[in-house]
Amino acid sequence: MNEERYVIAILVDNQPGILTRVASMFNRRGFNIDSLTVSATEDSKYSRITISLTGDESVRSQIVRQLRKLYNVKEVKVMERDKSVYRELALIKLRNCPETRQEVLSAVDIFRSKIVDFSPNTLCVEITGETSKIEAFIALVEPLGILEMCRTGVVAIERGCSYLNSETSL
Amino acid sequence: MILTGADIVVETLIEQGVKTVFGYPGGQVINLYDALYTRSGRIEHVLTAHEQGAAHAADGYARATGEVGVCIATSGPGATNLVTGIATAMLDSVPLVAITGNVPNSLIGKDSFQEVDITGVTLPITKHNFLVKSIDKLADTIREAFAIAKSGRPGPVLVDIPKDVQVATFPYEPSLVVEKKLPKPAKHDKLKAAVQMIAESQKPYIYFGGGAVSADISEEIIALADKIDAPIGCTMMGLSLIPVKNPRFLGMEGMHGHYASSVGQDEADLIITIGARFSDRATGNVAKYARRAKIIHIDGDRAELNKNINVDLGISCNIKNALQRLIPLIGETKHPEWMARIEELKKEEHEQFERVTAKDRITPYALIQEVAKHTNPDTPIVTDVGQHQMWVAQYYPFEVPRTFISSGGLGTMGFGLGAAIGAAKATGKKTVLFTGDGSFGMNLNELATAVTENSPVVIIIMNNKVLGMVRQWQTLFFQKHYSNTDLHTRKTDFVKLADAFGMKGYRVNELSEMESVISQAFNENGPVLVDVAIFEDEFVLPMLPPGGSIEEIITERSDQS
Repeated sequence: MNEERYVIAILVDNQPGILTRVASMFNRRGFNIDSLTVSATEDSKYSRITISLTGDESVRSQIVRQLRKLYNVKEVKVMERDKSVYRELALIKLRNCPETRQEVLSAVDIFRSKIVDFSPNTLCVEITGETSKIEAFIALVEPLGILEMCRTGVVAIERGCSYLNSETSL
Repeated sequence: MILTGADIVVETLIEQGVKTVFGYPGGQVINLYDALYTRSGRIEHVLTAHEQGAAHAADGYARATGEVGVCIATSGPGATNLVTGIATAMLDSVPLVAITGNVPNSLIGKDSFQEVDITGVTLPITKHNFLVKSIDKLADTIREAFAIAKSGRPGPVLVDIPKDVQVATFPYEPSLVVEKKLPKPAKHDKLKAAVQMIAESQKPYIYFGGGAVSADISEEIIALADKIDAPIGCTMMGLSLIPVKNPRFLGMEGMHGHYASSVGQDEADLIITIGARFSDRATGNVAKYARRAKIIHIDGDRAELNKNINVDLGISCNIKNALQRLIPLIGETKHPEWMARIEELKKEEHEQFERVTAKDRITPYALIQEVAKHTNPDTPIVTDVGQHQMWVAQYYPFEVPRTFISSGGLGTMGFGLGAAIGAAKATGKKTVLFTGDGSFGMNLNELATAVTENSPVVIIIMNNKVLGMVRQWQTLFFQKHYSNTDLHTRKTDFVKLADAFGMKGYRVNELSEMESVISQAFNENGPVLVDVAIFEDEFVLPMLPPGGSIEEIITERSDQS
């Protein structure tokens, strides 16, 4: 079967320990996570966990079903690629030296990212977009010397009138 | 009324219909035990010898009745001693509420004396667990724990209560017994699809597991089998739901299943699976499992569909409701050829059995039949884990649902004695525990509990002085390297042991003694132990080698002297 990258959004009770419960299920059943983010939602009672992973259709449906069995999980939805907006943010610290500066600045410009810190020896780029865009940027600046990098992992929201909230709950 | 947290816990248990709890006191549950003390007329506490025994007893109580079993332990080692019992309940979907004390909130996280993060420890082996940090949520959390334990696919729930929450005070208002939530009814088009598949089948086979016991659907299964003229097989967890004497019933299939049941399943063109999860012990090699058959899978847990086996039609639903609606939709059919083939397989099975079963010694079969002469249809039959468990699963003539109590999924040696005490307490009936010398050695301390409670438990030890199941594998797959499975160097005298605990013990060495000694044992009131010497190289047959397929079924020993 085809291994595919996809994103699952999970609405959970905003309580301590929920992340452990979700992560433990993945660990116990041997499902790998590419990235995971936890965030506040429009309702303070709930948090939203966004997980991106790689697997085939049977793994995907098994993950969704196992997630739905967790007591504090209120809703689980696969964020279909063509019906959703995926975003990720990266902060990348690069060497700032006269030889490479121009190249970095034009890459920043082309990728519509921005410089958020500039010091005599380093500069820091903030870039937002789909994972593929961020990876393309990283590939471009890697030869110029990445000193440090961190990424948020994917967050996703559906386009149009589909909502993920407790009203649509299981 | 204003009560302490400890009082609220016990009042809530009583409110939820709990009559008996099993447990062991300790530093962080003294308040809870004080609340039990002052309510001793309204709720009974059974003191076990070890917290593991309490967990197994609560589990046995739950399996015998379908009610939620409750156990209590203190923080730290008390709580960790429950772990095996909780995992046992988890793997077999048994409704259990475990209550543990913990150090006061102010000491949590400081590696305090007898502090353990038990909600962390039990996270993967509970359906859900709670750490109750403040008293205002205490009663509702316990109610929620009961609701989770018994709703949907049942399972264990742990509630961890820090000492200061037990000491604090808060208003308590009694509430109703929480409702058991059932899975949603099946969609009609799914049932229609099942009807179509059944109509197209020439060789249907009905196959059920523990989910069917939990849903209490013996009548529905028999009605379905009669209507579509199909044989019935089950997993070990399904045993006792259908009377063994029912002519359609082929018994357990799988690794040590009945020959006719396993081969029948392999030859079927349609397997209607009800409340079973295709465990590796039931399927063997999944690539070769049910190659000729389409599979309908009706289960209360949606996550079980396509988890271990890909099925042709998965219906996640309230299975009792689904069968009740499905049966009237199906036309009555006959499959004389298929049923004739099943009869042929049963005959083959019987011939194999006759060939491999000795007549001149105490065989497990003969022993089980002898015991069965003294039991009633509703006698709880509890086992430990190993060869004896398989023999009981194969040969005991079960008639009434929930009379077979055994650790299936986790395969917990040492489960039996605690579970038997729990089952006897729950039913008030004389209870039989079949155990082995290996399993019994693990938790025999609970004899003290059986004596205290005067539990009417008849303990039959199939004593072969070896760890027989592992030895069987070593014989078959490890060139008879009997690594650490020979117990002959142990000199334990189980009859004297019984005496030391203050109960009656008997011994059977010869076939000629068996009848009278078993009869004597059943005449005792209260706990009694019978140590029965059996042959060390008795095999559980047939056997599908682990990960094997039906072609590799072993029906007799090739190495026998």
